[in-house]
This record gives sequence, structure tokens and C-alpha cells, in this order.
Amino acid sequence: MAAAMLLRRLPAARPPLMAATRLISDSTAPLTIETSMPFTAHIVDPPSRDVATTPAELVAFFHDMSLMRRMEIAADSLYKAKLIRGFCHLYDGQEAVCAGMEAAITRKDSIITAYRDHCIFLSRGGDLVTAFAELMGRQVGCSRGKGGSMHFYKKDANFYGGHGIVGAQVPLGCGLAFAQKYRKEDTVSFSLYGDGAANQGQLFEALNISALWKLPAILVCENNHYGMGTAEWRAAKSPSYYKRGDYVPGLKVDGMDVLAVKQACKFAKEHAIANGPIVLEMDTYRYHGHSMSDPGSTYRTRDEISGVRQERDPIERVRKLLLAHDLATPAELKDMEKEIRKEVDAAIAKAKESPMPDASELFTNVYVKGFGVE
Amino acid sequence: LVPSASPTSPESAPHRVRSPRPHHHERERERETDGRRPVAASHGGRRRPLQAQIRRGPTSHEVLMFEALREAMIEEMTLDPTVCMIGEDVGDYGGSYKVSKGLSEMFGDLRVLDTPIAENSFTGMGIGAAMKGLRPVVEGMNMGFLLLAYNQISNNCGMLPYTSGGQFKIPIVIRGPGGVGRQLGAEHSQRLESYFQSIPGIQMVACSTPYNAKGLLKAAIRSDNPVVLFEHVLLYNLKEKIPDEEYICCLEEAEMVRPGSQLTILTYSRMRYHVMQAVKTLVNKGYDPEVIDIRSLKPFDLHTIGNSIKKTHRVLIVEECMRTGGIGASLRSAIIDNFWDELDARPVCLSSQDVPTPYAATLEDATVVQPAQIVAAVEEICQS
Repeated sequence: MAAAMLLRRLPAARPPLMAATRLISDSTAPLTIETSMPFTAHIVDPPSRDVATTPAELVAFFHDMSLMRRMEIAADSLYKAKLIRGFCHLYDGQEAVCAGMEAAITRKDSIITAYRDHCIFLSRGGDLVTAFAELMGRQVGCSRGKGGSMHFYKKDANFYGGHGIVGAQVPLGCGLAFAQKYRKEDTVSFSLYGDGAANQGQLFEALNISALWKLPAILVCENNHYGMGTAEWRAAKSPSYYKRGDYVPGLKVDGMDVLAVKQACKFAKEHAIANGPIVLEMDTYRYHGHSMSDPGSTYRTRDEISGVRQERDPIERVRKLLLAHDLATPAELKDMEKEIRKEVDAAIAKAKESPMPDASELFTNVYVKGFGVE
Repeated sequence: LVPSASPTSPESAPHRVRSPRPHHHERERERETDGRRPVAASHGGRRRPLQAQIRRGPTSHEVLMFEALREAMIEEMTLDPTVCMIGEDVGDYGGSYKVSKGLSEMFGDLRVLDTPIAENSFTGMGIGAAMKGLRPVVEGMNMGFLLLAYNQISNNCGMLPYTSGGQFKIPIVIRGPGGVGRQLGAEHSQRLESYFQSIPGIQMVACSTPYNAKGLLKAAIRSDNPVVLFEHVLLYNLKEKIPDEEYICCLEEAEMVRPGSQLTILTYSRMRYHVMQAVKTLVNKGYDPEVIDIRSLKPFDLHTIGNSIKKTHRVLIVEECMRTGGIGASLRSAIIDNFWDELDARPVCLSSQDVPTPYAATLEDATVVQPAQIVAAVEEICQS
């Protein structure tokens, strides 16, 4: 029983493993891990740096973020192969934000974002085939091929997209929060936007109204420090996005640390239900350019990109945690990544075979119930 | 040509009355509101078949236009708890045109919401709430202010059902007064129907009488599509008797105002009254125009319009909209495309001038179409 030899010391007692079973930890025993850095707070007391998690959750983080990473890299290749056209904004580097957020909330809470939405679609329960099919404009895509990269939605998981005009999704998100309060649902809405869109006036309008009406709205600035080619310090007089709510509390979070994100979102949800809106700033980074049309290297150095990748990559951070806490071996994690790669490749193959939308689809869904235009 | 089902109540759509319709005798009334199209009555979901005629007399009451709109709001908010109202000064103040007077006391401030001056965001919030299943009625204090929310109306409201592949519907109503008033100045006297008409995914209606204002607002609230309802600043104090019994108007139907045989005059909103004033003169001169209030600006009721043109073979459009790219421009195009063979004369369109509305009274009058111009146009068309 070589497997017995591989048994590691774990906090909880475990039965001996058989050689055929997975050795990677699926324990739900509590584990407390400190965030990379303390939270910076604006007119609120920050949550603790100690995050409650479990081995199983950490493994899940690794798996989910690796899946997202792999999906985005594959989308890069598909775009270069001209199977994906138009605009394609990739999320690699920022996976911790949506993975951590999802761990803190339920599917009854709502999420809305702009166009960097592929991974959030996945974290809300969307599947790979549907995602790739939509990117390639196929009928089985999540928007029937009619939305494209910037218009992923999943209504049954309260994922409201998927928007091309940045900033406009924030009033929508506050409207979702209004509906939640109207219906007394005890749920919250996360409205995600970037450091570029943070300068849109409609954000401040919506925040003002949300504060007045005490809506359970959480505004999340995914600050990857560049609004396309414009660095944050060139676009914002005050790039302290967590403070720009002024009279609304805010929290600055290391967006590359999935546990910090989880803690912040949990804190924000409790706050928003009790007190109204709060702003979260996720300090994150995108490895790709703004979109596939942007090389991403004319306004930042390659050293900066590789530096972040080496020191702050969200997936590597979790890998180190898993290894340090003896929850998995390097080989197991490598195997997991291999499986993920196969899964993604299979999904792409399936999506490639799926048909284009029928010509009649040009006129469907313009109005509800197929009125008139058809 | 014509949509086969009304999206307002597809399962039991009011049966479309097919032309030619029986002529009604003119009655002694303040305004020509005859030949009113029968509508289906509905009682909280249980729908009854079409009534042949609207009852009048002891089962009707007199209202001003803004009261008719308020009645519609009260009825719909009572029937459906997801209906709410969002706008500036709609709550405590009662609405700048008194449409929501008393509603805040009746329904509370979670359902009648006073907003700051932030059209872009509160329209967006209304759309977000609609995505999540509420049925907001967003009031623009003036249609002109809604230009600030144009991105939300066009890109989110109009497009979300399509870009989500049908996952979301946006059952929102966006309403407010527009049009040229009494020397309100250029920015408060805009005619913006043309700005919204190209947005795919929205419907547009214009009310002109207390009767159709109430009926159209009710229908708009019940519709699962986003509807923009154009009211007019000068029409809020129009008085009319409307039925006590509940009724709705079909969003896509035009209204026969005065049946006739000689030419078809198509109009909407305030210009209906300028047309009817001109008609008095024309009738005295021996003309017999047919007047149709098109009501539905998007889509056009080409069924009613077409049947009229097939009868009269001449058409005049009278509108307050901008000349360039206006409703009349689109309507004329549609008429030429669909009814060219029926026309004996070129379709004429009288629109307002492509200028910002001037302040001076004489210039303001010259901006919009006046009855004398309508008379002259009819005479010219009928003689050609």
C-alpha cells in the first residue's frame, strides 16, 4: 500500500487512502490563513486579516482559477486563429477577484460587470462549451451567438452581464440592488467596473441614490491600473478608488489574493445589507493588453508584467499555500492542470462543431414574444 | 406588413377591427374624438371578449389629461405590486405636472421614488430593476432631459433582450412631456420622437386625449417590452369624459378621429388639435378629410393607415416632430414602400422647422405647423 506511505499529517484524522483514490485534500476542516496584507479602509473598520477557509476550498480555488486562466489563454489562440472576432477582453491575472467573490456569496446575490466577463460567467456556473460557443458566435452560446464576448449573461445565476459601454452597468447594478430591497430579498448586488470607468459620472449619481435609499449595492472597482492605454494616474486625480465614494465607506483589497477578496466580499455583503452601499477596490492586474487588439506593452514595460506574474500571480499564490500546508503535492496540481487543459480543449472542439445561428435569429428577441419584427 | 399579435396581451389580444369600418355620426362634442376603437376590458387577469361599443353616460366621469394618467398609475400600481414610479419630484411634490399627486401617500416611498437630478443613473437603475423583474415607470420631467439617459435607453433598455439571447426582458415605461409649449425656451421645447425611433427593441406611443392617455399608459405598463410614452406639455389640462369601467388601449393601433373619403390626414399628439381645427375650415369649404391619430409611433399601424389610403388615395402627414429624420419622414417612406400603387398624389409631410424653438411668441408659432398651413396643404393635395 504505497498510498499509505504517502499519507500526510493533517489536522483531522483521516482513514487510510487506497492507491486509486485522489490524494489531494478534500477536507472541510477549518483552516485560517492570513491575507497577504492588511485591508486599507475608508470610514469603516476593516475586517480581520485572518480568513476562515478549508483545504477543499483552497483546492477549489486552485482548480477554478486554473480553469479560468486556461480558458482565457485558449481564447487568445482562438482569436489569433480568427475564430473569435471583434473585441475580446481577457481576464487572466484577475481570476482571484471573481473566484474570491463567488466564495463569499450565493447565487441569489447578483453580479454585473462590463466586458471583461468570461471568467465571471464561469464562476457563476456557466459552462465552457456555452462560453466558447458564444465567443465564436454559435447558436448554443449563452446569448445564442447574438451577444459575443462583451455580452455574456446567466439569468438563472443572477449574472447580469456583460456590457460594452463601461460605467453604464453601475446604475443597472444599483437598480438590481433596488429590486432586491423592494422585494426584501436580503441579497446584495455587486457592480464591477474598472479604474477607467471609475471616472464616469453615472457612478457617482448611482452611488448617491444608493446611499440615499440605503440599497444593498456593492461597487467593486477592479483596478488593474490601466484604462486601455491610460495609466490610472493619468486619468484620475485621485486614484484611491476606494475613497471616491466620499461619504460611502470603502475598502482597498489585494485583488491578487483570493482569500483577501473572499474576506472583503463577505464583509461587504454584511455591511450592505445592514447599512447600504460600500465601495471595494480590488488591486489587481491583467497580463494581456486591454483587449486582443492591444499588445499591452506600449504603455507598460514587460518587466512590470513579468514582475507581477512572478510575485503576485493569484494561482501561484494558492499553489504555494497548498504545498506549504501539505494539502497537495506538486505532481497532483500539475495533473489537475493537465486535466483542465484537456477539458478546455474538448470544450473548444465541441463548440467549434456547433452550428451558426439560423438566419431567422436575426429578428428574434428584439421584442418580447416575437412581436412584429419577425 | 402588419404585426399579427399585440405584445400587450398576446394570449387574448383585443381582436383587431378590420376596415372598412362603419361610419359614426358626428356628435356634438368639444373635440372630435369619435369613432373610438373598441378595446377589450380586462379585470385583473381574467380577460373578457371585445366590447362592441364604449358605454357613456352615467358610467363615465370627467377628467383632465393628467388625472387620466394618474388614474392609470393608481390602477396599475394597485393591481401589480411590482409597478413602481421613479422620477424627479414625483413623490412628495406630486409630480411637476401633477400626474403622481397623492401616489406617494397611497403607495409609500419605496414605490414612488423621488430621485436626485440624475437622469442617466436613475433611468439605468430603472432598467436594472426591470431586468430583475420589477415594472418601473420612469418619468422624465421633460423628454429633453432624457437625452442624458440616452445611452441607457438605447444600449441597455433597447438591446438587452437581444444581446442576452432573450434571457432578459425590460418591462419598463419611460414617459414624460415633450413638444413645444408656451415660450418655454429651446431646451424645454424639444421634439425628440425622432431621436428615439431608430432604437431597436423599444416601442413608442404618443397620447393625445385623456382617454387614450390612460389606456396607453396602462397598456405600456402591462407590456413586457420597453415603451416610451410621449406626452405633451400643452395637453395636460384637456378635459374629457372617460369610462368608469377599466379599459386599455392597444399600443400598436392608430385611432380613427374623423372618417372621411377625400384624403387621409395622419397626425399625433398636439397636432391632432391643429388638424381638427383646420378640418372645421375644410369641411366648410366642402372637403371631406379622414383624420387618423397614429398614436403608435413605433411601429406604425400600417393596417389602419393602409386601409385609409386605399380609400382616399391621398395622404398628408402633420406632425410636431423635427423635419429631418422625423416620424413623418419614416412614415412617408413606409407609405411609399407599401402603398405606392394606391397613391394619386405625392405624400406630403408637414413637420416643425429644424430649428431650436425660439422664445419669441411669433417665432415660436412659426416653428410648429399651424391650422392655416394644414388647410393650404389639403387644398393643394386635393387639387393635384
